[in-house]
This record gives sequence, C-alpha cells and structure tokens, in this order.
Amino acid sequence: MSKARTRRLLGPFNRVEGDLEVQVEVVDGKVSAAWVNSPLYRGFEQILTGKDPRDALVYTPRICGICSVAQSVAAARALAQAQGMTPMPNGQLAGNLILACENMADHLSHFYLFFMPDFAQPGYADRPWYQTTAARFAAQCGTASEQMLPARARWLHLTGILAGKWPHSLALQPGGTSRAIEAHEQLHLRVIVREMQDFLERVLFGDRLENVAAIDSVDALRDWTAKHTDTDFGRFLTLADALGLERLGRAVDRFMSYGAYPQASDDDPPLFAAGSWDGGATTLDTDAITEDISHSWLHAQREPRHPYQGTTLPDADAPDAYSWCKAPRYRGQVTEVGALARQLLDGHPLALDMVTRNGGNVCSRVTARMIELARMIPAMLDWIDRLQFGEPFCAQSDLPDEAQGMGLVEAARGGLGHWLRIKHGRILNYQIIAPTTWNFSPRDAQGTPGALEQALVGIPVEDSAADALAIQHVVRSFDPCMVCTVH
Amino acid sequence: MSEPLRVLWLQSGGCGGCSMSLLNAESPDLYRTLSLTGVELLWHPSLSAAGGSDFIALLQRIVDGNQPLDVLCLEGAVMRGPNGSGRFHQLAGTGRPMMDWLRVLAQRAGHVLAIGSCAAFGGVTAGGDNPGEACGLQHDGERPGGLLGGDWHATDGLPVINVAGCPVHPGWVTDTLAQLAAGTLGAEQLDELNRPRSYTDHLVHHGCVRNEFYEFKASAEQPAQLGCLMEHLGCLGTQAHADCNRRPWNGEGSCIRGGYACINCTAPGFEEPGHPFSETPKFAGIPIGLPTDMPKAWFVALASLSKAATPERLRINARADHIVAKPGKGTKP
Repeated sequence: MSKARTRRLLGPFNRVEGDLEVQVEVVDGKVSAAWVNSPLYRGFEQILTGKDPRDALVYTPRICGICSVAQSVAAARALAQAQGMTPMPNGQLAGNLILACENMADHLSHFYLFFMPDFAQPGYADRPWYQTTAARFAAQCGTASEQMLPARARWLHLTGILAGKWPHSLALQPGGTSRAIEAHEQLHLRVIVREMQDFLERVLFGDRLENVAAIDSVDALRDWTAKHTDTDFGRFLTLADALGLERLGRAVDRFMSYGAYPQASDDDPPLFAAGSWDGGATTLDTDAITEDISHSWLHAQREPRHPYQGTTLPDADAPDAYSWCKAPRYRGQVTEVGALARQLLDGHPLALDMVTRNGGNVCSRVTARMIELARMIPAMLDWIDRLQFGEPFCAQSDLPDEAQGMGLVEAARGGLGHWLRIKHGRILNYQIIAPTTWNFSPRDAQGTPGALEQALVGIPVEDSAADALAIQHVVRSFDPCMVCTVH
Repeated sequence: MSEPLRVLWLQSGGCGGCSMSLLNAESPDLYRTLSLTGVELLWHPSLSAAGGSDFIALLQRIVDGNQPLDVLCLEGAVMRGPNGSGRFHQLAGTGRPMMDWLRVLAQRAGHVLAIGSCAAFGGVTAGGDNPGEACGLQHDGERPGGLLGGDWHATDGLPVINVAGCPVHPGWVTDTLAQLAAGTLGAEQLDELNRPRSYTDHLVHHGCVRNEFYEFKASAEQPAQLGCLMEHLGCLGTQAHADCNRRPWNGEGSCIRGGYACINCTAPGFEEPGHPFSETPKFAGIPIGLPTDMPKAWFVALASLSKAATPERLRINARADHIVAKPGKGTKP
C-alpha cells in the first residue's frame, strides 16, 4: 500500500514575537519532515557596517523588542572586549540586574501570554483539566492576566530605575551602566524584587522559591505537582502529565550555554556556568561556532564560516533556499539553546534528570524556565546588596581604530552572540547569532534539519485540524523570537 | 455603552518592542485600560488565541467587507525590498508580501495608526543604506509618501496617525485609541507630521531632571555623570517632541533619567543623525543642534553668561555620578 504523502503550509504562528511559517510533509497522518521559514529580513548587519562602533548600542537593541537588553549587553561586551576594558563592579551588578529583569519578564510573558493560552483552545474542550485551564489561561480573557500583567509592569520598574526604560535603553555601556543609583533606590529595588518573589510564591508556585529550586528529580517534581495542583505551575505540570508533553518535541539533545550573569570579580564563576552538552558537559569553544547559508536567501559565502568572517547579504532568488535564517552549527552539529540548556549546563539536578530521561522536550523546556525564575530572586537580592554607593558605575576607555570583540550573553531564550570587527575606527563587520537562529535554523549543506525541524518529526497531525495543537506546543516550547532570528 | 472600537494590530519590519512597551501600561493594566476606554482587540500577534488559517480567514473577511474594521494598527516598517517586490516580508502562510496586505486592509479601516517610528517613517529599519527598502505607511523619512501616498486618507477622513517613538510609550497608544473610541481625535489634534499632539506638543526637555545643569551649562562629559547631556553627549531633548519627562517610563524612568541622551526617536530620520549618537556635533566649540525656536545668537550669549555664573555645586556635580556638593548656603562640597 502506498503511503499518503501531503504537504501543508502552517502559519502565521502568532505569540512567537515576529512572523513564522512552517511547512510540514505528512505521511500516514504524521509529520515526516519540516521546513521552518523566518519570513522577515531587515538587514541590521548591513545597517551597522561603516557606523561608529559605539552606535551599535543604539541599533542592536532595536533588533528585538523582547530581548532588547540582551542585545545591548552583547553589544556592550563586544565593544568592551575590543577596547580591552572591564566594567566597573557596580556597573556589572547593575547590568546583571537589568538583564535578569528582562529575562524574567520574558519567562513570565512566555508562560502566561504565549504558551499557556494554547491549552485553552477548543480542541481540548473534552479534557478533564480544560475548564479550569481555559478560565485561567485563555488569551486575553483568562483570570491569570489580571495578576500577571500588573506584576510584569511593576517588575519592569526595576529597569526604569536602573536603565531609564524598557525596551531600548542606552544605559548598558562597555564600562558598566550610565545610571548610578542613590541609597534610597537600593531599598526601592529590594522592594520590587520582593514583590516579584511574592507573585511567584503566591501565584505561580504556591510554594517558597527555595523549595521549587530544590526540586532535584523528575520523581520529586511529580510529588511536588500532586501537592500544588491549584497553582499556575502545578496546572501546567498536571496537564503536561495528562498530555505526555515530556514525549513531545524532542530535538537533538545537544545543548550549549554561554554562561550567565558574571559576578563582580572575573575570578568568580558566573551564576550559571557555560558549556556545551553532547551526552555530557564539555568546555565551550566559541571557535567551533560556524554559520552555513546553503538553504538561506543569502549569497557571497560558500563555506560555513565563523561569525568573525561571516557575511549577511540577501538574495531572494538563492537556489535551494527557503528561509532568511542562517544555519548556525557548533562543531558542525545542530545545537539547542535556552533555559533548559542553561540549567543543564549549570548542573541543576532536575534539568539533568529531565534531559537524561526524555531529552529536550515541551515539558522540560518550560519547566527549566520556571526553575530559573525561582533561582534568580536570591541572586538579584544579593547583587542589590553588593552595590557600593559612591563607587563608580561606568569606566571609560578609548576605542581603538582597529580591533575585534565578541559579546556573548544568555537571553531568556538562549545564547546570543555578537561578533564585531573595527577598522579605521568604523564597523568593518558585525555578525549576530540569536538564540532562535540556533533553534529554528534551516537545513545545512549536509541536509541536516535544524532543531525545531527535527523536533516536529513524528507528530501526529489530525486530519480535521489544519494547525495541530501539538505543533503549536512544540514551536512555542522554544520561546521563539523571530525578530532576533533574522535581523 | 456604544460599540467598542475594533482594532486589528499587525507587525512587519520592526522589533515588536512597541507591543512589549504597550504591555507596560499601568494603573490599570493594558487589558483593563482598553476595555474601560471602549477598545476591543480583534487580533494582536502577541496576545490573540487565533493563528494560522483562522487569522488569515479574519483578514479575508475584512478585505471582503464582511468584518468591520475601525482601526488598523501597523507596528514595524513597510518592507518594500528587494527591488520593490516586498519579498523581505511575505506574511507567513499566505505567500503574499505584507505590503500588499497592508495596502488592501488600509482601504477597509476607519482609521490607520502607524505604531512606532518604523511604521510611521521607516525608523531604524530604514537605517544605513536602507537595505530593506523600508518606509512608513505614509511617510518615507520626513517626506510624505511611503506605502499609501502623501494624499491618502482613511475612510474617516484622517491621514495615517503616526504614533511615533522607538519604542512608543504605552500611554501614547492607549490615549490615541481612547480618543478615537470617544470620537474626539480630529485633524487639529495632529501635528505637522500627523503625530498626536497629546504628546508631541511637549518637548522631552520639559520636566527634565537635569534642568538646573542645563540652565547653567554644567555638562556631563562621560556616561553616568549627572550634568546636562546636551553639550557633549548628544542629547536632543530640547528639540525632541515628546513628553517623556512629564510622563515617565516604567515607573520613574526616561532616557535622560537613565543617564543617556535623548536621541529624538519620535522624529523621522532619527536613525541617521549624521554623527555618533552619543556625541554632540559642534562648530567652533558650539553645539550645532540648538533649541529649534530660539535665536542662535541669543542662545550663545545666554549660554556664555550662565556658564560664567555656574554655581560651584553644579560644576562639581555635573562631572560626578552621584551628588557630591549639596544644595544650601555655601557651595562647598
């Protein structure tokens, strides 16, 4: 019997921060292959060429309205490396706080606004958990938004104090930050963080943060879920168990993290360790990062190249191309980035157990974000306490006429890198690899599909529903940011 | 209550930051603000349940005249490239350039809002040599034109309303939508660039916390210093049309309060100032960009006078990153 083979075009996917199209081939009711298209090209790398290098601090945050601070931090670090300078300890701490504020706001936006509303779709109306889930998480009308939106807006006051506004601040500089806070503002910052702690403990977890952060295995998580079914995280875990989300959306199980939140002294390790993972953790080697454009609407580059040597020149008629996105590879391999990678490479026992059992999947990706939320609050309170009044926040240094610098940072949705080369005091080349460039990459020259493309294979597609809900869950489990992906 | 104002929100060549900023609305939160002012989101890319074929069907109903549309909001620039084809942004699932969808949908909308400077003028997306051939809905930089043409009017009679900013303040959007819902936004409420005068009748300079430093030309020379940012660090607050220091951001913030220059992000062409953003261009030691409606000779004369009269306290504090010399009798630190 011949197999029924059809192709379907899915999109636009909303709640992904930008525009996204996925084409799937369906054989016998299951996805047999997928092609992910990032359909928007703006050309930031071209815009940056020839500019004063410091202007990257204005342009690059505007690549993305949801990872704006992460882009700023990456640009500031690339400039700092090019200048051979180290930020002031106060600036480092303030920078950590501003970045953590964005990353946590993004985790909350993802969970409440982008991801959970899919479980309120009518396709699940016959499930026992549906009524309570829909009442809580339905897009725009669920009761959760009444608590989450004010909590998120209030939370961003932290960035209002430390960086003027969010998104698109110019406060993050190579030498630190441009806003030295006053003593009473330290108290304000503490109150804002404690308010967020209160929201997380009351609304999201129904438990103390240290108890959530201490969940150390899948079995312990199951026990925790049974006791917290009437909290938002508990509601997710309950339906995740019922739907088997831990078996949905597995990609390649190779991970990478640039490491997150440097401490005030370079001698101390960052809060979350860097590394790469392929069955076990190894040291990160950024020289092993390349970008391939064999299936991208780009030209002028035959071989995969390290981003220092990379180019980004559009060609809408490039042969074999189906996306504006490049195909980044680590040691030539497809690699997944995000909160799960970050927690795994930091050695969090729950992340390790989840990956050991079922790899990266819809449930483990979302759970890792929640664990990270619980772990961030104590770190932030510590950074606030360590701010030294009267000590400088921002160091100064001249920009060399010729230099290069790499800026690596962990955005909410994974590792973001900027590679800057300066000649005659101007930007000679600026290349950016965003988290979703890794996760939603197209095929490479070997024909190997990207992480999402592999994660979608095998998903059953109901004949009646053009946009199967399972596909929606897998796509959004990566917390994609399409405007970063192609910039 | 009368029928709500039905709003369709689309995104094209931008960063999504205006939507993210919109979510910062407070007291009350965004959803409460919209419902209390009579605004209904028909669809928003970050907030709505429906995607894929349901969304495309909604667009088709609007195009066919079967779904009334009071307001079309576009966030992000119109992507005309490459070579005018619009292929730099084809709306996913439709195989059709977004600019074509926008052209058709705009004809069906009672009002059309450009949300943010990209949708209004091209913005940062039109930076450099404008590789994406980006433009605004009705402006290409400061020139009228853009996608819809300089003479275009929506069915309500107004041109595209340019809620410019990079990003927009949430209040600029919710105020404009509330005015439309209340039927109180007429042509006289728009400035010469069709921006809502509710915020562009002000200058960023109004309410600037560094005002005393400005008065005495006590200037910061490096980031994080407390002095005025105009003389050396590129601040355009005296020329920029917006109420950022009267209507703060994220609680108590603004660019200048955050320690960095106003880059005049509500203006067309702000993305290409012709000099590094954080450096004030000067001629013979005098900043080139002075307050727009002040005679230059007077400004220079007053500046040199006030510089001569600068209290020691301001001179010291301008180059410190925290208050060193306190106000009061005597100016000793």
